[in-house]
Amino acid sequence: MELTFYVASAIAILSTIMVITRYNMVHALIYLIISFLAIAIVLFVLGAPFIAALEVIIYAGAIVVLIIFVIMMLNLREETVQQERSWLTKDIFIFPAILSAILLAEVIYIITSGEQIMLDQPSIDSSAVGMSLYGPYVIGVELCGILLMSGIVGAYHLGRQKKKIVHRFLEHAEQ
Amino acid sequence: MKAIPVEAGLILAGTLFMLGLISVLIRRNIIFMLISVEIMLNAAGLAFIVAGARWGQPDGQVMFIFILTMAAAEVSVGLALILQLYHQLQTLDGDAANKMKG
Repeated sequence: MELTFYVASAIAILSTIMVITRYNMVHALIYLIISFLAIAIVLFVLGAPFIAALEVIIYAGAIVVLIIFVIMMLNLREETVQQERSWLTKDIFIFPAILSAILLAEVIYIITSGEQIMLDQPSIDSSAVGMSLYGPYVIGVELCGILLMSGIVGAYHLGRQKKKIVHRFLEHAEQ
Repeated sequence: MKAIPVEAGLILAGTLFMLGLISVLIRRNIIFMLISVEIMLNAAGLAFIVAGARWGQPDGQVMFIFILTMAAAEVSVGLALILQLYHQLQTLDGDAANKMKG
């Protein structure tokens, strides 16, 4: 179980590095799926099987597929990869990476400076999550409903395009 | 079966968050920036799960579900904005969208 955690963590970190260094968007998204699946294994080992299922279904299944569909709608060609190659040069890459790595080193130092605690609690099943979700957190569920509703309305409003007139006869009929 | 230390989970979450942050900083393509935000949100959720497993309480998983909902709403609105930007400017360059004309 311990080995599973470390192997899945290594795969998650490696595939995320591949995501942030790819020039082609579709390749990056495929690596992102691998990263999400590895994180799902980590979540399962940490005792959250319901959340691991949600990670696979919603992150790897819905969100990534949504982004892939938008990339297919945009009909991007080979020039996009060339453009990305010219944008993502090494001198742009190196300075933010060093600064973020210093911040990460500080965070790791702070985390590891305390006493070591083992995760030996039993796994939390979905019924406990459900009881908590519809018990003390029911207001959060309602707010999530409002957020999703406004997300749908906002996406519809933003994604709407001007009416296209496909034929000149219809143009007369419109006016 | 040996247990996993809390630190390992938190370090994994921190590393993934840092990778997402680097990607937001270095990319100019807005689709890649959206993907990076997803990575960061996922890392934040992972930290919540580790904290929930530390105390043996379901609250961490509840927070993960809320983060998941927010990520789904955010990605739908963000992709609609990207489509609009691409139709108006014919580019995915984030720097091109500096004039707020309707």
